[in-house]
Amino acid sequence: MPAVTETRETVEKLAKSSYEWGFETDIEMDIAPKGLSEETVRLISERKGEPQWMLEWRLKAFRAWLQMEEPGWAHIHHPPIDYQDAHYFAQPKKKPGPKSLDEVDPELLKTYAKLGIPLHEQALLAGVEGAEEQRLPVAVDAVFDSVSVATTFRKTLAEAGVIFCPISDAIREYPELVRKYLGTVVPIVDNFFAALNSAVFTDGSFVYIPEGVRCPMELSTYFRINARNTGQFERTLIIAEDRATVSYLEGCTAPQRDENQLHAAVVELIAMEDASIKYSTVQNWYPGDDEGRGGIYNFVTKRGICRGARSKISWTQVETGSAITWKYPSCVLAGEGSVGEFYSVAVTNNHQQADTGTKMIHLAPNTRSTIIAKTISAGHSDSTYRGLVRMQPKARNARNFTQCDSLLIGDQCGAHTVPYIESRNMTARVEHEATTSKISEDQLFYCRSRGLSEEDAVGLIVNGFCREVLKELPMEFAVEAQKLLQISLEGSVG
Amino acid sequence: MSDFLKIQGLQARIDADGTPKDILKGLDLEVPKGEVHVIMGPNGSGKSTLSYVLAGRDDYEVTGGSATFKGQDLLALEPEERAALGLFLAFQSPVELPGVNNANFLRTAVNAVRRARGEAELDAVAFLKAVRAETKHLSMSDDMLKRAVNVGFSGGEKKRNEVLQMRLLQPSFAILDETDSGLDIDALRIVAEGVNSLRSPDFSALVITHHQRLLDYIVPDRVHVMAHGRIIHSGGPDIAKTLEKQGYTQFLEAAA
Ligand SMILES: Nc1ncnc2c1ncn2[C@@H]1O[C@H](COP(=O)(O)OP(=O)(O)OP(=O)(O)O)[C@@H](O)[C@H]1O
Ligand SMILES: [Mg+2]
Repeated sequence: MPAVTETRETVEKLAKSSYEWGFETDIEMDIAPKGLSEETVRLISERKGEPQWMLEWRLKAFRAWLQMEEPGWAHIHHPPIDYQDAHYFAQPKKKPGPKSLDEVDPELLKTYAKLGIPLHEQALLAGVEGAEEQRLPVAVDAVFDSVSVATTFRKTLAEAGVIFCPISDAIREYPELVRKYLGTVVPIVDNFFAALNSAVFTDGSFVYIPEGVRCPMELSTYFRINARNTGQFERTLIIAEDRATVSYLEGCTAPQRDENQLHAAVVELIAMEDASIKYSTVQNWYPGDDEGRGGIYNFVTKRGICRGARSKISWTQVETGSAITWKYPSCVLAGEGSVGEFYSVAVTNNHQQADTGTKMIHLAPNTRSTIIAKTISAGHSDSTYRGLVRMQPKARNARNFTQCDSLLIGDQCGAHTVPYIESRNMTARVEHEATTSKISEDQLFYCRSRGLSEEDAVGLIVNGFCREVLKELPMEFAVEAQKLLQISLEGSVG
Repeated sequence: MSDFLKIQGLQARIDADGTPKDILKGLDLEVPKGEVHVIMGPNGSGKSTLSYVLAGRDDYEVTGGSATFKGQDLLALEPEERAALGLFLAFQSPVELPGVNNANFLRTAVNAVRRARGEAELDAVAFLKAVRAETKHLSMSDDMLKRAVNVGFSGGEKKRNEVLQMRLLQPSFAILDETDSGLDIDALRIVAEGVNSLRSPDFSALVITHHQRLLDYIVPDRVHVMAHGRIIHSGGPDIAKTLEKQGYTQFLEAAA
């Protein structure tokens, strides 16, 4: 029997083994009734103790959203989403939020322990093999459902002048900063899901790195959806002033459940002169059962702007979860000589659908962008890479290099590459390379003859295929990402 | 012990674009424990096929005969189970694994085999120590550990990498399929030494080669001549010299 057939069968068998991290935590929740109306928006704003301008901003977004339609162009299919059939606000009942880890509900800590999330610095600093470069400690802002409940390392960060807090705290404590930047990269009316997010976002992170400061630690948020039928609307805003540097990690897992869950996050990054923002994501939301039922719908708007000269924004993502992923982290290169990067691994298995990619918008001269997208499809899954590179008239000598590689496991899956190139400047140069390959019988046999199981062999080959992207991840994320790749292809690869 | 590796009447075929093609046509061969045997034979006679069938490659269909190793039905085992049992194949054409770090590959393999054999896994430090000792032995640069498995390796480097794997995996029975081809004279000596230093009452090898000169370095217990999917003649090391002078004709005629 050819290995691919076997592989497919193993995938099917293994997909039935339940989602490793699909558990639910029993914590008392404060939940708003189902449905979305102006009432809901007002309730959220009131519960968050927001100033009037914020409420008005939300209402403007809500009214705009009512006039908008869901985008229909992505290469994905799903039953219509009933926006009235979800809760838009849920938070653990224990209030006010704990000030230290000791105050955190032990149930919650147990959840983190199950997820293997290292809340303590010691755990984070525990030696990781191959960690050659000097590693920064990690500050964790854990988002549990809609409210950040544990934030560590605040003090060290405060000493460096770094602000890292839940965005709802920032709205109250740093209103002038939030008001100045919120919605400047992703405007309220940018798209259907961004408008929805603007109206009802309940949490997310706020990061501010002052001029000349190199953030002394990696900033990390672990997302997790826990309440049944709660839409998750995160809003993240990161600002790096002149010559500031920050690396931000985002990761998530979600418990197994029956109904599809909507997730529509918005992330905005702003890099000033010579500033650098690195944003890394390992995304592992529940993909649904082997028929795709019950998985997370992930519609995300992530965009960064390189406002200052020579600034740099780098997106790295490893996507293994969700029933549906719709996501295009983008860079607007407005500062002369600024740099945008996008490194991505997207894995789909069973009936997962992913439509992801990036947009690089070159506005200024001498801007450079690099896109490395690796797509792995197994089972009956379908994956589309969609990338836009736009060279505006002023983008003299701008450069883009794009490389898209697809790896197919089995013959029931699909991979599509859709590059859009728009060049309005004669001196700009755009290069695009694309490959599609399969794991060969030769490779599998070679590995197995050395004692590796077929599964380990596929894991090894897949990790090799993704190497250029994985090496961009901070060390502890890279290790986690490798594990995730293996888990998500388990059997798929069998 | 005579039934260390025992092959009887082995027949195997491959699906060549829809039509089955018989390649092994009733092959008999025994390699006792502690012995090194050589197989020589014309191109296309089925030597590599034999090595693949023994290692468990599943695009060959075994249509008859048997192969036992250490008393077990070899043909019923998965490739990785054969490796765990102590079988190793040095490939005639080693396979490239893009992006897969060679050191990581070696360590994964070593630990998979150790686990299966009930031995403790090697941690990174112990492994690196073991590997460095071997690479030094084989005059390989550390650079080759950092590169992707076989990617961009020269012919000779690939062969040395096979020998490195053999030494790390500590097999009790190794098949070397033309490991000497494409080696310069120094490399040949190094590789031969890599095999010779493994020789012990607990280690056997089946060395497939076209070159009599290899036998100046690895002195075999027996030499077999293979043609048309069978062993047609067996004898002492001196057969190789006859072959070198007169070619396969006399054996082929005698077998006909
Ligand atoms: N996949 C295949 N499809 C068709 N024919 C095959 C296939 N694999 C092997 N063969 C044929 O089987 C025969 C034996 O091949 P094999 O590689 O075992 O020979 P060999 O003795 O190792 O030769 P060499 O000395 O050249 O390495 C050859 O005629 C070869 O063409
Ligand atoms: Mg051969």
